[in-house]
Amino acid sequence: MNTVSPVQQPPTSAWSIYRAIVGIGALCALLIVTVYQATASRISENQERFLALAIAEVLPAAQSTVAIVLTEDGRLVEATDAPALPVFLGFDANVELVGAVVTAEGMGYQDNIRVLYAYSFDEDAIVGFKVLDSKETPGLGDRVETETHFIANFEKLDATVMPGAGTLLNSIVTVKQGEKTEAWQIDGITGATITSEAIGNILNESANTWVPVLERNSTAFRKSDMTGER
Amino acid sequence: MLGKEVSSTDEFVKGLWRENPVFVQVLGMCPALAVSNTAINALTMGLATTFVLLMSGMSVSALRNFIPREARIVSFICIIASFVTAVDYIIQAISLELHRSLGAFIALIVVNCLILGRAEAFASKNSLGRSVLDGLGMGVGFTVALLWIGVVREILGSGTLFGVVLFPDTFQTWTVMVLPSGGFFAMAMWLLLVNWLKEREAAAEKRTQEATS
Repeated sequence: MNTVSPVQQPPTSAWSIYRAIVGIGALCALLIVTVYQATASRISENQERFLALAIAEVLPAAQSTVAIVLTEDGRLVEATDAPALPVFLGFDANVELVGAVVTAEGMGYQDNIRVLYAYSFDEDAIVGFKVLDSKETPGLGDRVETETHFIANFEKLDATVMPGAGTLLNSIVTVKQGEKTEAWQIDGITGATITSEAIGNILNESANTWVPVLERNSTAFRKSDMTGER
Repeated sequence: MLGKEVSSTDEFVKGLWRENPVFVQVLGMCPALAVSNTAINALTMGLATTFVLLMSGMSVSALRNFIPREARIVSFICIIASFVTAVDYIIQAISLELHRSLGAFIALIVVNCLILGRAEAFASKNSLGRSVLDGLGMGVGFTVALLWIGVVREILGSGTLFGVVLFPDTFQTWTVMVLPSGGFFAMAMWLLLVNWLKEREAAAEKRTQEATS
């Protein structure tokens, strides 16, 4: 214990300080690792359940889903590991393709907003929407999650692909509350201008990337090998 | 024997009223104002803080003869941060929704001055048993104070209590109460009330003293 004994005996030996800090560090590491091990499976179960519930909410017609990723050569294949922003194809009880569920992310007023939206191949439109994660101002920005007129935008928000091009025919934009005239416009919320515009931008950017890809590949998924496997 | 028992009880009770961390010591204001926008957030935050307060108080007290003065702050912070990390995982395992609504504030329990304050001022100088009572008392006092603020803010700001709707649709909610400024309003109101009660208490005590002398 007293291997280190300085020439002049100080009030506290360096060894006891060293011993205390390293000892407590080791105990703390043990505590954190133990709790992490004990809760890890429960936490990932919670995350999966949360995502499954959210998917069922935005695309109720889907009875089963397949996570997909876009390959470098522009094809869609079944995902082997979970990407940061997962995309799913939804199939009904007859294994018919009913739509796609896409995760998207972008900057809001306070912090990143993470949303989930459903695209319907039959309607060429966004047909469901849910905020997965946001830190928007309570009572103002967070009304994008509760305001009924805002949520009604996503019953059928036009996202038709421009024929022969890789983008949407009309960009999705947020307009002032009460000024929505076109099917691709989002009726905003007064008092939550920045958040509702952010939602418009997030959807526009994500839909411009994903909807053309999904449409181009959709025929492959209707009664294709991929659905046949299921 | 009896005297010791009374003072042990006092160790617990002092945190509830006489030395209430929020209303009297005015400590831990960051979570008290930031996460008290709804009653459930306030309750969860209070319970999480109580857990960290209790566990870190116990650890500091148990290790108090092992930790030299020179290394005490780094040791206390390390212990507190570890328990906060544990609480963070535990809340995620219980409910992701709850974890989402508390956001960054769980991690910020680490820097709640109440916890370091109790570790430094009490647990590092007192026995394990007393530190447990002190931690529990202060934790319950903190939780109750947060809950009071949260209840007022949720009722006025959202028209609900623990998510249950209290008023008909015609009730115009006071949005300001769920915003950060509402935390200050609710806090000020409770401080006013608590201080008024304390002054009355002191005045009554003075009167009895004068009457007896």
